[in-house]
Amino acid sequence: MCTLEKRGSLFILTLTSDQDDQHRLNPTLISSIFSALSQIQSQPTAGSALVTVAHGGSGKFFCNGFDFRWAQAADSQSGARQRLRHMADSFRQVVAALLSLPMPTIAAVSGHAAAAGFILAIAHDYVIMRKDRGVLYMPEVDLGITLPDYFAAAARAKIGSPAALRNVVAKGVKVKAKEGVEMGIVYSAHDSEEGTVEAAMRLAEELMGKKWEGEAYAEIRKCLYPEMCSVLGLSSKSFISKI
Amino acid sequence: MCSLEKRGNLFVLTLTGDNQNRLAPPLISSLLSTLSQISSDATPGSVLITTSHGRSFSNGFDLTYARAAASPSDAFDRLHSMVESFRPVAAALMSLPMPTIAAVTGHASAAGLMLAICHDYIFMRSDHGVLYMPEVNLGLPLPDYFAAVMRTRIKSPAALRDLLLRGVKANAAEGVKMGIVDSAHDSAESTMDAAVRVGEELARRKWKGEVYAEIRKSLYPEACGVLGLTQKAIVSKI
Repeated sequence: MCTLEKRGSLFILTLTSDQDDQHRLNPTLISSIFSALSQIQSQPTAGSALVTVAHGGSGKFFCNGFDFRWAQAADSQSGARQRLRHMADSFRQVVAALLSLPMPTIAAVSGHAAAAGFILAIAHDYVIMRKDRGVLYMPEVDLGITLPDYFAAAARAKIGSPAALRNVVAKGVKVKAKEGVEMGIVYSAHDSEEGTVEAAMRLAEELMGKKWEGEAYAEIRKCLYPEMCSVLGLSSKSFISKI
Repeated sequence: MCSLEKRGNLFVLTLTGDNQNRLAPPLISSLLSTLSQISSDATPGSVLITTSHGRSFSNGFDLTYARAAASPSDAFDRLHSMVESFRPVAAALMSLPMPTIAAVTGHASAAGLMLAICHDYIFMRSDHGVLYMPEVNLGLPLPDYFAAVMRTRIKSPAALRDLLLRGVKANAAEGVKMGIVDSAHDSAESTMDAAVRVGEELARRKWKGEVYAEIRKSLYPEACGVLGLTQKAIVSKI
C-alpha cells in the first residue's frame, strides 16, 4: 500500500511494506497510488513538489514491478495473462497521472527498481538513487515478455543514448546509481537510504522555492515527451497565463 | 534592428539594437526579410554567421511591448503574434541553403536561444552570457515549434529537462557539456574569430546550397513538420 503525507507544499508518497517487502505492484497498490496522485492533482498550490519514497521492510526494494505471484495465482495460463494485462492497463493511468502532475516530481530510489518499478521511477522528473544498494533493471528480455507500449515510450523518452537504451531494455543490464548517472537516467547518487531521501527533500525544497505555476509546469513537461504523451493518451491543454 | 554585411563568401548578420536585442515585430520582420535576401543571393560556398552587439545575443520576445497593450488579453495577443511571426524566421534558418553559424557573444534567452539553436553550429563566449529558457519561471507555455526544435537539437533528456523544466542558466562550458554549444571561447572577439575561421573552412567545400538545405531538413523531420517545411529529392550528380 502507500501513504500520502503533506508537509507544507511538499507531498510525500511512500510505498510501505505491510505485507510485501518488494512493494510489488498488484491491483491494490496500483489503485492506492493512483488515488493518492488524484488527490495531489486536486489540491496543488503554487510551488508544490512530490517526492516518492519506499520505506520499511529490509529496504532492499524501491519497487520490484508487477506482482507476478498474484498473476500466477490465477487458475489458468490465460487467466494469468489476463491478470498481467489488467495490471499493465491500470498502471498506465499512474504513469499518465505522474506525467501530468502540476509540480516537479522526484523519486528517491533507495533499493531495486525493476520492470514496472523502474518505469515508476523514471516517470518522475528526477531520479535520486542510493549508491551502495539497489539496481535499475528491466528484466523483460530475460523473462521473455514484451514491453507494454508505454513502458517502451517512457524508456525512449528518458534514456537518451541509444547504447544505454539498448543496454537497459534489450540487454537486461542491471544499472547501479553511478552508472545511472553516467547514462543520464539518475540525477544524483548518494551513500545511504537516509542520504538518498535527504537529497530528494533538498532538491524538492530548492524547486519549491521557484514557486512555479503548476499548470504551466505540467504543459511544458508534456511538450518534452510528445511520443510518450500520445501513447498515454495525454493531450496538451492551452491555458491562460499572465505575461 | 539588424544589419547584413558580405565578407567574401560569408554573410554576417548582426543584431545591432539595444543591449537586449529583444525580438519585437520590427526586428522579427527585418530578420525575415534579411534571411530571404541571403537565401536568394546564395552561391555555392556561401555561409551565414549570425552575431550581435551588446550584452545579449537576444533576450527573446519583447515582453515590454506586449505588456504595454491596453488589456491582459491584448498583451497575450501581442505575444501570440510575435510567436507566429517568428515561426517563419525559424523556418527560414532551417531551410537556408548554406551552413549557418551563431556566434553567441551574450545572453541567449527564450526566443533568443531559439534563434541561436536554429543555426547548424553554435560558438559561444565563456566569459559572459548564458543560455536560458525562462518560460517555466514565467508560467508561460512553450510554443509548439520551440519544443520541437529543442527536442531535435538537445538529445540528452537530462539537459532538456534542466533547460526547459528547471530553467537553469547554462554558460558556454555547460552548453558544451549539454551538447548545445560546439565550442567555448574566451572573449567576444575570439568567438567571432572562431566563427569566421570555421565559416571560411566550410565555404571552401563549395557545397550546393539547395542540397545542403535538404540534407539539414532530413536530420530534423519533426521540427520541419511543425515549421511547415517539406522535403524534396535532389540528385545533382552521381
